[in-house]
Amino acid sequence: MEDVAARALDAARRAGASQADVLLVEGDDREVRVRGDEVEFVKQAQERGLGIRVLVDAKGGRTTAVVSTSDLAEDAVARMAEEAVALARETAPDPMAGLPDGGFANDRPELALFDPSDRDVPLEARIEDARRAEAAARASDPRIVNSEGSQASSGFARVLYANSGGFLGAYESASHGLFCEPLAREGESMQRDYWMTAARRLADLEDAASVGREAARRALRRLGGKRVPTCEVPVLFDDRTAPSLIGQLASCANGYSIYREASFLAGRLGETIASPLVTIIDDGRLPGGLGSKPFDGEGQPTRRNILVQAGRLETWLLDCYAARKLDLASTGSASRGTGSAPRVGTTNLWLEPQQGTLDELIAEIDRGLLVTELIGMGFNPTTGDYSRGAAGLWIEGGEIVHPVEEITIAGNLGEMLASIDRVGSELRWHGRTASPPLRVARMTVAGE
Amino acid sequence: MSRSPRTSPSETVSTRALAFFHDRFDLSDRALATALDTALERDVDYADLYFEYTTTDSVSLEEGIVKSGDRHLEQGVGVRAIRGERQGYAHSDDLSIESARLAAGTARAIADSPREHAPVSIASHAPPHDLYPVTTAPTDVPVAAKVSWLNEIETYARARSPKIKQVMASIVTQHKHMLVAASDGTRTADVLPLVRVNVQVIASDGTRREIGYQGGGGRFELDVMREPARWQGLVDEAVRIALLNLEAKPCPAGTMDVVLGPGWPGILLHEAIGHGLEGDFNRKKTSAFSDRLGQRVASPGVTVVDDGTLPGRRGSLNVDDEGTPTRRNVLIENGVLVAYMQDRLNAKLMGMAPTGNGRRESYAHLPLPRMTNTFMLAGEDDPEDILRSVEDGLYAVSFGGGQVDITSGKFVFSASEAYRIENGRIGAPVKGATLIGNGPDVLTRVSRIGHDLALDEGVGTCGKDGQGVPVGVGLPTIRVDALTVGGTEG
Repeated sequence: MEDVAARALDAARRAGASQADVLLVEGDDREVRVRGDEVEFVKQAQERGLGIRVLVDAKGGRTTAVVSTSDLAEDAVARMAEEAVALARETAPDPMAGLPDGGFANDRPELALFDPSDRDVPLEARIEDARRAEAAARASDPRIVNSEGSQASSGFARVLYANSGGFLGAYESASHGLFCEPLAREGESMQRDYWMTAARRLADLEDAASVGREAARRALRRLGGKRVPTCEVPVLFDDRTAPSLIGQLASCANGYSIYREASFLAGRLGETIASPLVTIIDDGRLPGGLGSKPFDGEGQPTRRNILVQAGRLETWLLDCYAARKLDLASTGSASRGTGSAPRVGTTNLWLEPQQGTLDELIAEIDRGLLVTELIGMGFNPTTGDYSRGAAGLWIEGGEIVHPVEEITIAGNLGEMLASIDRVGSELRWHGRTASPPLRVARMTVAGE
Repeated sequence: MSRSPRTSPSETVSTRALAFFHDRFDLSDRALATALDTALERDVDYADLYFEYTTTDSVSLEEGIVKSGDRHLEQGVGVRAIRGERQGYAHSDDLSIESARLAAGTARAIADSPREHAPVSIASHAPPHDLYPVTTAPTDVPVAAKVSWLNEIETYARARSPKIKQVMASIVTQHKHMLVAASDGTRTADVLPLVRVNVQVIASDGTRREIGYQGGGGRFELDVMREPARWQGLVDEAVRIALLNLEAKPCPAGTMDVVLGPGWPGILLHEAIGHGLEGDFNRKKTSAFSDRLGQRVASPGVTVVDDGTLPGRRGSLNVDDEGTPTRRNVLIENGVLVAYMQDRLNAKLMGMAPTGNGRRESYAHLPLPRMTNTFMLAGEDDPEDILRSVEDGLYAVSFGGGQVDITSGKFVFSASEAYRIENGRIGAPVKGATLIGNGPDVLTRVSRIGHDLALDEGVGTCGKDGQGVPVGVGLPTIRVDALTVGGTEG
């Protein structure tokens, strides 16, 4: 891999690039799905991808192009590099374009991104995981009558990033998952729901049978769902729906949205944007974290960024380009795929836990909604306007009284963040973004 | 319902695609047959090879300059073996017959026992139509031409209004070669162009900032979009929506009568019923529409079709990704559910015929039953009359995205342009309206159907199982009684 990267950088330089960087990704992926007693599919693949970014000096700045390919033959790489430079010469010079001036990662943190012994785990063992989840879901209640299946996946990747500024770094990582989606039926009501677990090491996955049981429990409790009258009530987000709010907030703190003034947070750095209960952290070096990596998409060291501290907006998330545009420094937040220039992304993002279990939070609500699933894309980052389809459970007198469906919840993300009046104590990771349950004091629920 | 294959006008497109794979990658019929033979050494029912070579170019502008050009080359082969309901799939980014043979060895592992089989003999199956002939591949249009066009878009947009503060525009072009060969000896190939122009503007009046977006495209020469009327129309729309949103008031919440405008609001059909009529969900009986063929699922007068054969449309295909010719499939006829959309696997398991809806995002993905261009046929009502018929309601003209829960049938879609209707008249614009409903009954509450069927501008991408494919939608103006509107005003 190092040879390919060196060749690509060299080809870019020879073609006329003043700077270049290269991302190489090698992946080995397996995926299986079991539905009922049957293995529904088995998918296996080995993939490679090469992305080359070239920067060409021009009057008033540098021009940029990105090319990507899976053909790593020497002549193909040289041809791609030449094409990239030719493409770059057609674009406009940008005074802010360029590699980082320095500050490259020079440490090797132990991030526990994979367990080498997991490579030897046979495919049959993952099929067995899916079977156990599927069987547990189906056995948990006679009303679990069907499913979309249970899916297990294991992916191993090797990532190498090098640039003409002298940085070369590589790391290996893995990610494993198990997902179960059963159907429950009672009378006319048919409902699905899911549960999943994901981790860097197989040993850290939740037990397969418990994934199946939890998925079944979630599908069952939706049976008999109905609408509620249109109203304004407190809305509690569980630990599966709350992370989406945290992710939306982070996307509005993305440096690109800020310099474009396409975010409702633009101009509010240092201001109070959320309730004092809200502290949000993005940490690229959380051991075992699904978003962890030793360096970002430009070779800068990843780090712990406190995005919001007790309600105060502390930083934007920045790569070098967005940082230059805003006259700030990179926060090590460059995310990079082979097919594109660096962008800003989150790593492991979470809302700091506070007080109270989900049950305790439910018990405190006299009349309100617990949201367990959100659908649709009704969020406008420029204004913060928020309106999404929801399903969940209705709360009366501190107790869940019936499932709710075919409703929407609406508000404005800025106002929602400011009116968070409870944050729970339980933080569970199901992906790269996590949040304990949280309560927004009031939102409009639209139903009958 | 299928169109009879005539002397094919598209012999040429298929021949060109075959020649491409033959000349560049040595994919002869004999070689294809040997790779299929490898898969058939186990007792599989069916196997297929899918080769793809796709170039995607993207040039984008922001802050008045074209900051970057991207070129993405995707090539590879996917091999599938099917036994009963079981599918084995292996893919490689090395586009060669050796890789196909290796992948076939992996894919066939879903079947246990060896089997004797007759060698596969490949026969050509040219697509029955040539829906998107181009003389210049959109990716071959010089980058310099795209750059100067983007600059024109920027200048034109800013000249529309001093309130326009940001213009972001991009031109995305794709040129794809595909070849699919199956163990039943069928072998088909196609060349698919795809273009898309996106315009997004941010408008500010000093206090509020709002966004406006419009895009357009299809499977045709990039020159089609270069027509001033076409691209300036996109910019005008983006600007108009951003300025309108500056004036928009909070949306009401609750149940009300809704009038949907023509064109892109057809996303209602895509979300509310389209996904629920895909063969896989119905074969597994996980759809709210399972076992409902022959039943009334919509008002009389409602006819919904999925048509992959519309020339130049974004959702159109000469053949689907399993080599089945696309066709016009009537899904709901005069209110009655008459057909599901099928790929080969689900059609076979349900004892039905494939409908030309087996699609995949790329060689790295398994085919699934997917929509092409989904729309409702026009009725007879005057759109003005439909609006006048509503005393108090919502008129929704343009939408962002939507989503559906197949099993419960609940769907949502979010309006990007909507107005109150007061006493039969269009009132104030409202923002952030999300509509939610129940797929199996929403079309039974269609009470008026306009004569103004329109298809969308060519921007839809549908996601399913993590796979995105280009699709189209269409709708005449319709009135839907009692739909839940999710705003903030009680």
